[in-house]
Amino acid sequence: MAKADEAAATITVEGLQALLRAIRAGGYRAIGPTVQNQAIVYDDIESVDDLPRGVTDEQDGGRYRLARRDDDALFGYAVGPHSWKKYLHAPKLRLWTAERVGENASVTPEAPPTDRLAFIGVRACEIRAIEIQDKVLVNDMYVDPHYQALRESALIVAVNCGKAGGTCFCVSMHAGPRVEQGFDLALTELLDGTEHSFLVETGSDEGRALLAQVPHRLASSREVEAGEAVIEHTAASMGRNMRSDDLNELLMSNLEHPRWDEVATRCLSCTNCTLVCPTCFCTSVEDTSDLSGARAERWRRWDSCFTMDFSYIHGGSVRASAKSRYRQWMTHKLATWIDQFGSSGCVGCGRCITWCPVGIDITEEVRAIRGGDASTEDSR
Amino acid sequence: MKRIRPKLAVWKFASCDGCQLSLLDCEDELLEIAGEIEIAHFLEATSASAGGPYDLSLVEGSVTTAHDAARIQEVRKQSRFLITIGACATAGGIQALRNFADVREYAAIVYARPDYIQTLATSTAIADHVKVDFELRGCPISTRQLVETISAFLAGRKPQTPPHSVCVECKIAGNLCVMVGHGTPCLGPVTHAGCGALCPSYNRGCYGCYGPMETPNAPSLSAWLGKLGMDEDALKRVYRNFNANADAFRKESERHDR
Repeated sequence: MAKADEAAATITVEGLQALLRAIRAGGYRAIGPTVQNQAIVYDDIESVDDLPRGVTDEQDGGRYRLARRDDDALFGYAVGPHSWKKYLHAPKLRLWTAERVGENASVTPEAPPTDRLAFIGVRACEIRAIEIQDKVLVNDMYVDPHYQALRESALIVAVNCGKAGGTCFCVSMHAGPRVEQGFDLALTELLDGTEHSFLVETGSDEGRALLAQVPHRLASSREVEAGEAVIEHTAASMGRNMRSDDLNELLMSNLEHPRWDEVATRCLSCTNCTLVCPTCFCTSVEDTSDLSGARAERWRRWDSCFTMDFSYIHGGSVRASAKSRYRQWMTHKLATWIDQFGSSGCVGCGRCITWCPVGIDITEEVRAIRGGDASTEDSR
Repeated sequence: MKRIRPKLAVWKFASCDGCQLSLLDCEDELLEIAGEIEIAHFLEATSASAGGPYDLSLVEGSVTTAHDAARIQEVRKQSRFLITIGACATAGGIQALRNFADVREYAAIVYARPDYIQTLATSTAIADHVKVDFELRGCPISTRQLVETISAFLAGRKPQTPPHSVCVECKIAGNLCVMVGHGTPCLGPVTHAGCGALCPSYNRGCYGCYGPMETPNAPSLSAWLGKLGMDEDALKRVYRNFNANADAFRKESERHDR
């Protein structure tokens, strides 16, 4: 998958329906945004009727609500509680099963999945997050075969955001809102009075082949301009911002800043920020055996640097205080990630702010450490 | 070669019997459990009882009488490995509400002849009286965790009963956070995992049945619950449930007890 490389096309809502049909006919399991239990979450979809039509979200620290839009937009909201890591980097995964055979044991590793997943409605920040997880889970010293199998066969239909969420700050992290690479197809939703259409850019041969199966026409220059205006408007209306060019130096030279003590009085160590984060990749393994001792299994599950077991070595946990755990998370995400993996670990999606049960705001914490008044804005 | 099975005893103190019933509720695994371990003393299942000592004792209930305070010492002496099961045994249970009041007043309201009632002023956890080798949380305990704990005992390994928050279980299950998404007060962020996030899975806030998680920050959660509309009295009560006498919950409820 590469950058968009040719003139955009236009499809209608019916065209989008045809696209979903073509994707599913091509052997993909289509997954996209759906409304469930008063939130927009990712799940299997069959048609455009499964998408959240005319729905938007209101997001702030520790608060998420759905609201009606005054149009029929299908992608008129920001990101919800789920991220695509739920599919690529499963919350729970059996790694192997062992059976006792006489005096020996026979170990059967879990085979990598063969599903071909098509992600529909992937935002720019989420593509960036997937690329960051690629770096950790595939393009580094150790390869996760389960992630790799799903990732290599995944189809990405991206969407340029038509609305910034209340906790979004992708502009600050240079991760959006424009989808620039890493997609097969990229859509921009256009709502112009009675007309409802999508600009389509292609980013891969597979994307081009899919578009060829769908009724489409060359986009007019007016439509291309309208698409640009949508992205510019989203970029200009970010709910949050955070100066990000000096975070490594700023945080690492402020490891004893009094703000760490202050945030520790609010932090619940509940792990929500890390588990909703689309780049956090940490896991723990649990070994279990059955009653007879004839069968054992090793399971991997999402873990978090906010649990005590995470840094437990003989004698106790290395990071015993909430202060040290919060500082570890934030300095890794924003600073030492750069040393370790060559980029920031943050894509500015805002999930850690919205889904913190007590509304701790990473952009506000950075501002406080910067020493300024947390209520004043600084430059991006 | 005749295999010698470890001997199991199940003991009841002040409790509702729900946790020891969980052992009988292990319907699929019950025969296998009985195959791997000799159920030597389990009055809820059979009045036939083999004498001690026992390799494993499961203790349900809290200590609320002088008689039970003495009896738990005997149980400990007869038990190589002692595991407490459920909120009564690990924290004093719902009956520990007496710890915040005058038990003589309670007895006068409830009983026609309160002078017949011989009881201690407090309800306390088993670990307040004897050394406990492992605590299994919950009100009631989860049968899945009970089977895991017995399997771990038999294999000589550590049971997988992580002490982190219920939030981890919600996120692994893909649940929507009811507090952020619906504004529903929830004790999940300060509560020990183990139930599989049962209540939030049905859009209810967590009631804290498994007691405090490993590093609870109840004051911070309370401040947020206050913003969601809970007053001081409600904040006092929300922590006074099955685990009212667990340290972190007791201290937080007392902070809101004007």
